[in-house]
Amino acid sequence: MNENTQMTTTSASPSEPGRDRTGEQEIVLLPPVDIYEDSDGITLIADLPGVGREQLDIHVDRDALQIDARVRMDLPEGIQALYADVQSTRYRRDFSLSPELDTDRIDAVLKDGVLNLRIPKRAEHRPRKIEIATN
Amino acid sequence: MFDSFSRVEDSLFGQMRRLEREFDQLVGGGRWSRGIRSVARGTFPAVNVGSTPDAIDVYLFVPGIDAQSLELSIQRNLLSVSGKRAEPNTGEATYHRRERFAGDFRRVIALPDDADPDRVHATYRDGILHIAVQRREAAKPRQIAVQ
Repeated sequence: MNENTQMTTTSASPSEPGRDRTGEQEIVLLPPVDIYEDSDGITLIADLPGVGREQLDIHVDRDALQIDARVRMDLPEGIQALYADVQSTRYRRDFSLSPELDTDRIDAVLKDGVLNLRIPKRAEHRPRKIEIATN
Repeated sequence: MFDSFSRVEDSLFGQMRRLEREFDQLVGGGRWSRGIRSVARGTFPAVNVGSTPDAIDVYLFVPGIDAQSLELSIQRNLLSVSGKRAEPNTGEATYHRRERFAGDFRRVIALPDDADPDRVHATYRDGILHIAVQRREAAKPRQIAVQ
């Protein structure tokens, strides 16, 4: 993802200087996910409030799936934080996939800050009903 | 050898101390986190509150919600937001993880006393509900002209 994506450092604290980001690791939020599986594939739903399409990066490398996103918030100028549950604007979470999943056909939908990923199983891995011949 | 050890200590403990310090700064010395209506960390929805000379800005992190279904009310300086987030329709699927919040939620936020309940503006975008409550005129800093 482009590091210059429009963003502010810590969501509720834009006055905080960005100096800590060079030497030390940035705080990264772990988005909560739901993952469920049916016979055709796996669905992964992740909460990414504040993330638009341009701030979302989904990376698949062999069996590694990484979700990397940044919060875009247009904060008023000169805002001072009074209270903050959310103290970073970076989301990241990693998953390992298994070989029966078809990573070439992953379908991603982002709506209202919720990412819905559908990872289908390869055709040969879908369960088949075995007909029992009777005669 | 000691040099490298102190570097490890520095990065680990220094980082933790820095986090604590930053957190204290963010929550304004604990005034908000000790509030009678404060909630445990991790409660849905997460809230950030900021202030400018003109307004108090409340940001609620409520992804995946129909904005029309959110109930937003303000009485004097008490702002309350409630709504419901439906569970995904999974059919006969098997869950491997279920970390996302589902169900009814409500959060009450006590605003500073100079919040003007008659001038509130709310917008919902990408899962963040931004509520801007204007401050009363009298409370704003004013330039006093010297005669």
